[in-house]
Amino acid sequence: MAKYIVKRLIISVLTILVLCTVVFFAIKFIPGDPFSGPEYTEQMRQQLHELYGYDKPVWQQYLSYMGNLLHGDLGISVYYRGRAVVDIIAGAFPQSLDLGLRALITATVVGIGLGILAALNRKKPLDYISIIIAIIGISIPSFVVASLLQYVLAIVFPIFPVARYTSFAHTILPTIALALPTIARFSRFMRTSMLEVIDSDFVKTARSKGLKKRQIIFSHEVRNSLLPLLSILGPTTASLLMGSFVVESIFAIPGLGNYFVESINTQDYSLIMGLTIFYGVFLVTINFVIDILYGVVDPRIRLGGNKNG
Amino acid sequence: MADLTKLELYEHVGADQAEAEHISRPQLSYAKDVARRFFSNKVAMFSVVVLAILVIMAIVGPMVCQYNYQSTDVGAVSQKLAEGGREALGPDSEHWFGIDTLGRDLWARVWVGTRYSLIIGFVAAVVQAIIGILVGCVSGYFGGMVDVIIMRAVDILDSIPYLIYVIIIMMIFGSGLFPIMAALTLTGWLSMARMVRSQILTLKNEDYVLAARNLDTKPIRIMLKHLIPNCMGIIIVSLSMAIPNAIFSEAYLSFLGIGLSAPLTSLGQLISTGIQEMQNYPYQLIIPSIVISLLMLSLQLIGDGLRDAVDPKLRK
Repeated sequence: MAKYIVKRLIISVLTILVLCTVVFFAIKFIPGDPFSGPEYTEQMRQQLHELYGYDKPVWQQYLSYMGNLLHGDLGISVYYRGRAVVDIIAGAFPQSLDLGLRALITATVVGIGLGILAALNRKKPLDYISIIIAIIGISIPSFVVASLLQYVLAIVFPIFPVARYTSFAHTILPTIALALPTIARFSRFMRTSMLEVIDSDFVKTARSKGLKKRQIIFSHEVRNSLLPLLSILGPTTASLLMGSFVVESIFAIPGLGNYFVESINTQDYSLIMGLTIFYGVFLVTINFVIDILYGVVDPRIRLGGNKNG
Repeated sequence: MADLTKLELYEHVGADQAEAEHISRPQLSYAKDVARRFFSNKVAMFSVVVLAILVIMAIVGPMVCQYNYQSTDVGAVSQKLAEGGREALGPDSEHWFGIDTLGRDLWARVWVGTRYSLIIGFVAAVVQAIIGILVGCVSGYFGGMVDVIIMRAVDILDSIPYLIYVIIIMMIFGSGLFPIMAALTLTGWLSMARMVRSQILTLKNEDYVLAARNLDTKPIRIMLKHLIPNCMGIIIVSLSMAIPNAIFSEAYLSFLGIGLSAPLTSLGQLISTGIQEMQNYPYQLIIPSIVISLLMLSLQLIGDGLRDAVDPKLRK
């Protein structure tokens, strides 16, 4: 187990290192100068370049950026003059996390429930309904869902507030919009995995022992079908993050995603760099935790070594 | 009941050698078998029809309408607004899908947008499939150190959400048709490489590969003649999944404002404009949304149908 954890840890750290380096140099390659507008005099330009360290050679900037990164310092925003990128992230992350967790919980409960119901009612109307929901959830882009929900349920029929994120009623539409693709993914995956378990020998044994139906469903079928779901938790987190970019910007939620979209449009290089690195580190950490969890619940993974390598 | 033990009830027919060897049903190759399963799938066939209509509309749509997709007519907009209010901009007999606030014909724009979305989807998917197949083949066939290095690199690249790369690439090279295809290609080959590699790992121990190797066949020939044709099933399936993914990513980038830039247009871009105008001109959001949803749905269902046809065991 220790060997497995160390191996995963090395890969994660390496990934973060590569990510930071790639992001840093990529952003340095973007042509143009954020301080080249007509409102800047030559002297101001020089002072600003000195302030942001743009006057030094790139490798020096890289070393000092990486050094600062170790102290948790991501530099100063270009657009929000004078605000540290870390402060912006710290101010906006709670909202994003809140929305993300709501969506994840909704998606887990609804998606897994739908998947179980579909598998138990195979080839019956309920199964087809869940398949249709799954296909719609996968194929309609989240920004279309979000904007249509906003248009129908907040503008045409003003049941929910249009935007912002201040009360429970405000959270409902964004949560649905963000959760739908994940509900689809979970229900599909759960259905397949459950059908596999239903056909397996130990379920037949349980049935022939005369166990109660409910007992078979919950302690044999559902329990064993949940395990493979861990493997898509990583990509799910990533897709929730990506979805949050558009959902937050449509519903004007002051979260990280909104800043991300805004920093692209305002060419705020230090904010883009900081946010990208933050997202990357966040995802790599989550993947690391999931890998470890997977190793704990399924010994085949760690004992068999990496199935890819 | 008659006595079944009476011998005169039975007749000796003998064995006709020619009859026994005769194959009564037509022979099916693997490809024919897959095609037969795919064509008998009603949902998939219906999706093929929908997709075909969309493709034809993307080609013909802008031609049958007398308006250009990029020429603006602000005068007509203000005139219409003055005469008939906001509804006057909406769909009518002259402009089938209405016009946008700059006076551009939405019918032409939607189908030109569909055209670009399709081009981006297909080209990006095909190119990333080629890269993925090459890398997967080399990694799987040669194994050893080459494999370890390539797969570690793939692991590392894969653990960062690809849209972050795409966003950065788009920011460096600006927005346009070529940069967006390059950006989607550069990050999309990872899953294909992984899948091809794992397939090759099982295939390369097959007897016919061993035979080819004993005959001193060059590795490149083994790959092209023996390994890749036998992976074709999964390659086609993941290709059919990669196309909607690429279209999806392009729409997403356009929504963020870094996809295709004017005068080019795509469905994602139309939707993102539509969202801004949604309160006053809902049709500008609804029409492109329906088109992209139909496109994604049909591609997704065709992909599902192909997967079931290639490997019926996966069907549940």
